[in-house]
Amino acid sequence: MEYLDADLLYGEELLDHEVHTACGSDMMSDVLAFVKDQAVLLTGLINPQSIRTAEMMDMTCIVFVRGKEPAPAVVELAEEKGICVLRTQHPMFAACGILYSHGLRGGGHI
Amino acid sequence: MKLHFDVPGDDFTRAGEASGQVKQKMKQLGFPADVVRKVSIALYEGEINMVIHAGGGEVDVDIDPHCISLLLTDHGPGIEDVSLAMQDGWSTAPDHVRNLGFGAGMGLPNMKKYSDEMEIESTVGVGTTVRMKIFNP
Ligand SMILES: Nc1ncnc2c1ncn2[C@@H]1O[C@H](COP(=O)(O)OP(=O)(O)OP(=O)(O)O)[C@@H](O)[C@H]1O
Ligand SMILES: [Mg+2]
Repeated sequence: MEYLDADLLYGEELLDHEVHTACGSDMMSDVLAFVKDQAVLLTGLINPQSIRTAEMMDMTCIVFVRGKEPAPAVVELAEEKGICVLRTQHPMFAACGILYSHGLRGGGHI
Repeated sequence: MKLHFDVPGDDFTRAGEASGQVKQKMKQLGFPADVVRKVSIALYEGEINMVIHAGGGEVDVDIDPHCISLLLTDHGPGIEDVSLAMQDGWSTAPDHVRNLGFGAGMGLPNMKKYSDEMEIESTVGVGTTVRMKIFNP
C-alpha cells in the first residue's frame, strides 16, 4: 500500500494482508449496491459511516483520499471493527489509478 | 432469537450500530457470510434512512435458523409515493446529507436487492414501516 505514499492511521498488524480488489466512491449506497468481495474502499468521506459501510461489506481496508484527516473517533471505530485505515494525499482518481496500475481490480470477474 | 434496538434520530454517527450488532450476533451463531452480509446491508440502509429521513425509529430483528425477519418502524414524515422512492437514484436528500455520503437514491433499491421479501407501508404524516425477510437456505 506504500505505492500511495499513504500514512497508516490504524492497523499495522493488518498490513500484511494481501488484497486484490478495490472500489472508490463518496456515495455509500453506491458502494453497498455491488458485493464483489472488494477488499479496499477508497473514499473522500471521513465520517464514521465510511467505516460502517466497510464493515457491512466485509472490507478490510479504507483509504482516505485527498489527505483528509478523520476524527479520532472514526479511527477508533475502525480499530473496534478491525479495519485498517490509510490516508493518502492523492485525490480519488489518481489514487484509484495508482492501485489499478499495481494490479488491483474492481473485483468479481477476474 | 429476538433483538430490539432504538435508533436515535439526532445522532448520525451512531446509525449502523444496530446492523453492526446484528452482524456480530449472526457471525457468532455461525450463519454463512453471504447471508450475514445481506442482512447487514439491508438493515444498515434501513437504519440510515430512519436517521436521515425520519428522525430515528425502532428496529426489531427476529433471527431464526432459516429466516431472518427485519422490522423497521418510524414516525417520520412518511413516503408520498413508495414506487417512486423505490426507483434507482430517486432521492429527496438535501445537500448536507449528500455531503455525508448519502442521498444517491440507492438505499431502498439495495434493501430490495439484498432481501428476499420486502414490504413498505407508509402514511404521510404518520410514519413508515419496512418489513424484510432474508432466508438462510
Ligand atoms: N423512513 C423513511 N421515511 C421517510 N422517507 C423515506 C424513508 N426512507 C426513504 N424515504 C424517502 O425515499 C427516498 C429514497 O430512499 P433511498 O434510501 O432509496 O435513497 P436515499 O436515502 O435518498 O439515498 P441513499 O440511500 O442512496 O443514500 C428518500 O430520499 C426519501 O425521500
Ligand atoms: Mg437511503
